[in-house]
Amino acid sequence: MSSTTDVTESAAAGTGRAAAAEDARRGLGLGPGLGRFRELSLVPVILALGLIGFIVSPAFLTADNLIGVAQQSTELSLLVLATAFILIAGRMDLSLESTIGVAPVIAVWLVLPTSGARFTGLGLLPEWTAVPLCLLVGVVIGAVNGFLILRLRLNGFIVTLGMLTMLRGLQVALSEGQSIVELPSSFTYLGRASWLGVPAAIWICLALFTLGGSALAWLRHGRALYAIGGNAEAARTAGIRVDRIVWAVLILGSLLAAFAGILYSGHYGSVSATQGNGWIFQVFAATVIGGVSLNGGKGSVFGALTGVLTLQLVVNVMTLAGVPPLWNQFLNGAIIIVALVISRFASGEKQE
Amino acid sequence: MADTATAPAHGSGEPVPVTEATGISKRYGATVALRDARITVAPGEAHALVGRNGAGKSTLVSVLTGLQAPDTGTLRFSGAPAPAVGDIDAWRSRVACVYQRSTIIPGLTVAENLFLNRQSDGALRPIRWKELHRRAEELLAEYGVDVDAAARAGDLTVEQRQFVEIARALSFGTRFIILDEPTAKLDARGISRLFDKLRALRRQGVAFLFISHHLREVYELCGTVTVYRDAAHILTAPVAELGHRALVEAMTGEPTAGGPARVAVPSGSGTGAGDVLTVEGLTLEDGCRDLSLSVRAGEVLGLAGAAASGNVRVAEAIAGLHRAEAGGITVAGRPVHAGSVPSALAAGVGLVPEDRHLQGLVHHRSVAENATLTVTSQLGPFGTVLPRRSGRFAQRMIEDLDIKTPGAATPVSALSGGNQQKVVVARALATDPRVLVAIRPTNGVDVKSKEFLLDRIRRVADAGKAALIVSDELDDLKACDRVLVMFHGRVVAEFGPGWQDEQVVAAMEGVAGAPCAAATSGSLATDVHGR
Repeated sequence: MSSTTDVTESAAAGTGRAAAAEDARRGLGLGPGLGRFRELSLVPVILALGLIGFIVSPAFLTADNLIGVAQQSTELSLLVLATAFILIAGRMDLSLESTIGVAPVIAVWLVLPTSGARFTGLGLLPEWTAVPLCLLVGVVIGAVNGFLILRLRLNGFIVTLGMLTMLRGLQVALSEGQSIVELPSSFTYLGRASWLGVPAAIWICLALFTLGGSALAWLRHGRALYAIGGNAEAARTAGIRVDRIVWAVLILGSLLAAFAGILYSGHYGSVSATQGNGWIFQVFAATVIGGVSLNGGKGSVFGALTGVLTLQLVVNVMTLAGVPPLWNQFLNGAIIIVALVISRFASGEKQE
Repeated sequence: MADTATAPAHGSGEPVPVTEATGISKRYGATVALRDARITVAPGEAHALVGRNGAGKSTLVSVLTGLQAPDTGTLRFSGAPAPAVGDIDAWRSRVACVYQRSTIIPGLTVAENLFLNRQSDGALRPIRWKELHRRAEELLAEYGVDVDAAARAGDLTVEQRQFVEIARALSFGTRFIILDEPTAKLDARGISRLFDKLRALRRQGVAFLFISHHLREVYELCGTVTVYRDAAHILTAPVAELGHRALVEAMTGEPTAGGPARVAVPSGSGTGAGDVLTVEGLTLEDGCRDLSLSVRAGEVLGLAGAAASGNVRVAEAIAGLHRAEAGGITVAGRPVHAGSVPSALAAGVGLVPEDRHLQGLVHHRSVAENATLTVTSQLGPFGTVLPRRSGRFAQRMIEDLDIKTPGAATPVSALSGGNQQKVVVARALATDPRVLVAIRPTNGVDVKSKEFLLDRIRRVADAGKAALIVSDELDDLKACDRVLVMFHGRVVAEFGPGWQDEQVVAAMEGVAGAPCAAATSGSLATDVHGR
C-alpha cells in the first residue's frame, strides 16, 4: 500500500544521515560502499568447494595441488581481468582469445632464425625483443579494435568477432598449423620461473589484479569506467573523455591478453596452434558469475577473480574425486548456471 | 531549506546579465533551428522560456551550455565572452544545465555522482572516499538537499535525483542554471517541493532559465518570460503583465478563442445510460483497496491523484497489466480477466500508457508500424501483415489524429514529442475500443497538441464510448465530465462539472477530509524533505 511505502521511504530517508554517519565510522576508506556484498557472493561457494575437495581427497589441501590450480588459473585470469575492465566500461572484446595465441606467434616469427629449425622465422630482430614485440602486437590489436569501434562506429560485438576469426586464421597461417617449440629463453622465463617457491606467474597475476582493483577503486580514470558503462552520455557531460578512455581500455585488454600469451607459452614451453581456442566463453562466464554486468557499469576485479577460481576449483575437485575428464565440459557449463543462480539470489539484484 | 544555506557573494547590485545571447543563428543542413534569436537573463532572475515543440528551445540550450557552437551571434556570461566550445570546465563554471534526461549514473553513489570526474585532485591521486563523502554531505547540506550521500543514485526518486543534479550544477560555482522541463516526471507534490527549492536558491542569487510546457508553472515561478516560435524570438515580457491568452497567442501565433486547454464543453450527462466500464471492489498490491468506479457511455471520467495515490496502477490494471488481489473489472458487461492484456484488448480496452518512451513506442520503427501494433490481426490473413493494408490503416490514423510526419514510414523517433504522443493515442484508438484509458495523455506535449488530444478523447466519448483520463494535470481533468480523486489507494472525493482548482488540488494532496493514517504518512513524507 502506498501509505506504508511512504512511511518506509521517509524512514529510510530519515535514517539516511545516521546511516551515512555509521558508514563513515565503519570506514568508507575501504572503497565505494556499494556492491561490496555482491562481489563477495562467490566466496561461500569457493569455501564450500574447498570443503568438498577436502572431503573427497586428501590430495586437495596440499600446497602442490593448490599452487597447481592457481598456476592453471593465471592465463585465464588475465583474460578475465581484461574482460572485467572492458565490460565495466560497457564494451565487449571477443578477440582476446585469439590475441593470446597470435601475439606470441607473431613475436616469435619475427625473431626466430630463417633456418635451422622446424619453424622458420624472419630473423629480423634480436631474440631478446620477443617479449616487447609480443606486447606491442597486443597494443596494435587493441588499437585497431578501438579504431573500428570508436572511429568508424562499427558494432563492437561483430568487429571483435571478426577479429577473433581473422587473428586465429593468421596464427594458423603463420605457424602452418603446428606448435612452435623452439622459443627464445627470454620468452619462456616468466612462465617457468619460480619466485619464493611459487610460480612467478602467480605473483604477477596477484600484482596485476591488485593494481587493477586499486585503479578501479581509487583512481579517477578507474571510476570513469563505471561512469561510462553506467551512462556514457552522463559521463560525457561530466567532462570524461569517453572515447579516449574506452580506447585505452581496449588497448589495455589486448595488452593483457598478449601478456597472458607469454605466460602460457612459457608454462607449456611451446606456442600451440590452438592456444586460447574457445576460451572466451569461459572468460565471459567467469567474469559474469563474478558479478560484472554484461550491460556495463557494475562489478569489480575481485569479483571477477572469484569467478575464475570457482570455475577452476570445480574442475580440480571433480578430477580429484575421480570424475572422468570427459565430464568436465558438462560440469563447467552446469557450474556457470548454478553460480549465476547463486549470485542472483545472494545479491538480490536482477541480472537483466 | 533556505535557512541552511548561506548567501554567497554575487553581483546582484550590478545590472550585468548572467547570460546575454544576441543574434544567435544555427542551422542543421536545411533546417533552421534558430534564426537571430536572443535571450538575456539577469542575476537572481527566474526566467521562463516557452514555445511549442520545434520552436528552437533545445538548440538554444545546447548553444548556451557550450555543446554546440552557434553559426552566428555572440554569447556573453556576466559581461565576459563565452569560453571556447569544448572547454567543459570553463563552461560549467558559468552555466549549468539540468537536462530532461537524467545525467546521474545509477550504479554509483550520490557522493560519487556529485564529484564525477573530480573525485580526486589529480588523475594519479588516489580517491579518498571518506573525504569525498564528507564533501558530498557538506554540499548537500549547503543546498538543503536531504539525500544520503552514500545511497545508490539509482535508488533515489526522480525528485531527489533532480535535487542532486541541481546541487552538482551549483557546486561548479555557477549562479545560472538552465532547467529543461524539470517537472515533466514529477507529481504535483514533487513539483511544489522543487519550486520551493528553486525559490530558496533564487534568494541566494541564483538565476534560472526555466523551460516548461506548463504555463501554470511559468506563472507560479517565474518573473520574466521569453517566447520562441518557429526558431525565432517573439517576445520577452514580465509574466505579470502578460495574460494567459496573450502568452498562448504568442506561442501559437494565432488568436485563441478561450482558455488553452479548455476543450469542448463537458456534456454533463452521458448520451447512453449504461455503464461501459465497471470496477468493483478492486484491490491491488501497492495500488488501491476496495475501489469501485463506473464510467457511462458518452462520459469522460477523470481519475486524479498524486504519484503515490495509485491512480496509475488502477488504470494499468484495467488494461490488464496488473493482477488484482480482489475485485473485478467488467467492460460492457463482459468481465476482464485480471492480469491479461489480450483479455483486456478483447473486451475493448485501449490504453495510452504513462511513459511513451518506456511503454509506448518502438523507437526505431516507423509511424505505421507503431500505430498498428495493436491491430496486426486486421492487417492480413493468417498472421501476415500486408504492407498495403497496414499503410492504408496508418494513413487513416495519421489523418485522424493530425500527426505531423513526413510519411507513414518515418521512424517514430524522428517526430516531436507531441506527435509521438499522438501515435501512442492512435494505437490505442486503432482497436476501436469501448473504453479508452489514457494515463497522463498530454505529458510533455505542447499546448496545441494538448488541446487536440483532449478534444480527440472527448470525441471518443461522444461516439458513445467511455474514456478514463488518469492524470494530476488540472488541464487534463478539466476536459472530464466528472473527476474522482484518489489519495493513497482510495477515492476521497468526487467532483461534478464546475469544480475549483483548489478543491481538486487539495483533495489530491490529501488535505481535504483525508483519512487519519494517510494524513500522518503525508506529514512524515513532508518531514523528509525538510519542509
